[in-house]
Amino acid sequence: MERTALPRRLEWQLGQVVAIVDETPRTRSLLLDVPNWPGHTAGQHVDVRLTAEDGYQAQRSYSIASPPEERNVVLTVERLEDGEVSPYLTEVLQEGDQLELRGPIGGYFTWRVADGGPLLLIGGGSGIVPLMAMLRHRAAQHSAVPARLLYSSRAFEEIIYRQELAQLAAADPTLMVTHTLTRQQPPDWTGYRRRIDRAMLAEVAWPPSEQPQAFVCGPTALVESVASALVDLGHEALRVKTERFGPSGGTA
Amino acid sequence: MTKEFFSRGFLGRRREVTEAGRLPPGQYLTDGFPVLSAGPTPYTPKDRWDFTVVGAVETPQRWTWDEFQKLPRETVTADIHCVTKWSKFDTRWSGFSLDMLLATAKPQGQYLLAFCDGGYVTNLPLADVTNNKAWIVDTYDGAPLPPEHGGPVRLLIPHLYFWKSAKWVRGLRIVEEDQPGFWESLGYHNYGDPWKEQRYQGD
Repeated sequence: MERTALPRRLEWQLGQVVAIVDETPRTRSLLLDVPNWPGHTAGQHVDVRLTAEDGYQAQRSYSIASPPEERNVVLTVERLEDGEVSPYLTEVLQEGDQLELRGPIGGYFTWRVADGGPLLLIGGGSGIVPLMAMLRHRAAQHSAVPARLLYSSRAFEEIIYRQELAQLAAADPTLMVTHTLTRQQPPDWTGYRRRIDRAMLAEVAWPPSEQPQAFVCGPTALVESVASALVDLGHEALRVKTERFGPSGGTA
Repeated sequence: MTKEFFSRGFLGRRREVTEAGRLPPGQYLTDGFPVLSAGPTPYTPKDRWDFTVVGAVETPQRWTWDEFQKLPRETVTADIHCVTKWSKFDTRWSGFSLDMLLATAKPQGQYLLAFCDGGYVTNLPLADVTNNKAWIVDTYDGAPLPPEHGGPVRLLIPHLYFWKSAKWVRGLRIVEEDQPGFWESLGYHNYGDPWKEQRYQGD
């Protein structure tokens, strides 16, 4: 059937790497200058395309870590041991290199200050990335929408954005950041030391009566169990938005 | 504009010969079976489950779980392609042909909306689910379809990107005019042909 206006295609464009930040031993942030960036909403992602000299190409999707307010588009990439694209992005790509991308993509797992709250963010590993864009957006807007982040990492050194999260929470009484470390904890660790479960959610998450907007992002197993537990605790399924992350070769 | 561009130092992993011609542009092959969905996995008890064909049809249809299970089965082996770029070859399914499920209903419209537990909807031309191109499947690799993969039943339409193969599908609404579904309203392509790389609107 005919449509009145054809939607515009998301064109591939070149961004330039203006800086690289090591976040954790396995994770790097790429700060990209993308001249024709159309703007984005926190939570969206981009497609990245690598082209070898003989024309061979590989594409993957990466969440945007930067808020819409920031000039650069920032991607935080976790190196997957047997990956094809992430080892290049985390080990080969250098400042001054160019990177081909198109986006922003995805209109569901997104949050704007105007969407209100309270905001319930639950992440595992590199699943923090789109959630961080939301927290950065919220901070950039000086929003007082109450927010809670529950973030599961394997070890203290693997907490992505650890210092920035601590700073954000210290400066903002309406933001609560809770960590759990599932495999290894420092000797003086007083926080949670297990995978996110129903009991932890009952303690940390907003009660269902507050009707929080929940965003859950991480490996499939985490997302499945957290989303089910939230529904089980009484949160309405339609207010629980999920995004899966990580290697696609798993046992899922 | 970016034709001349190549990624300094990128070698890539070359496809094996067996992949030639089977992998749509921009896709990579995986052995796993990634899970993607926009919200929590719904769990509908079998005694409250039904499957319906409604809308612009001559005779609306409804099957309970037990009735559904008595319908003639087909097995399907197919390559599947997800818009998030993974493809998986030779996936094995068992279920019920849409040709059969639609035959008694006699659709009067040329499009349909597949509706699901959890509120998900996707739109399809009728021509893409008839003539041995689409199934409702309840079995994957010889075992009941796990909930996170769409169980108890999902659509299987291998020739389109896999978001069209809606999980937790509960029925089909035949319509006379095409109308975008969930992802189709959120920037994804209305039709989704992997061989034309129709990922997003305007592709």
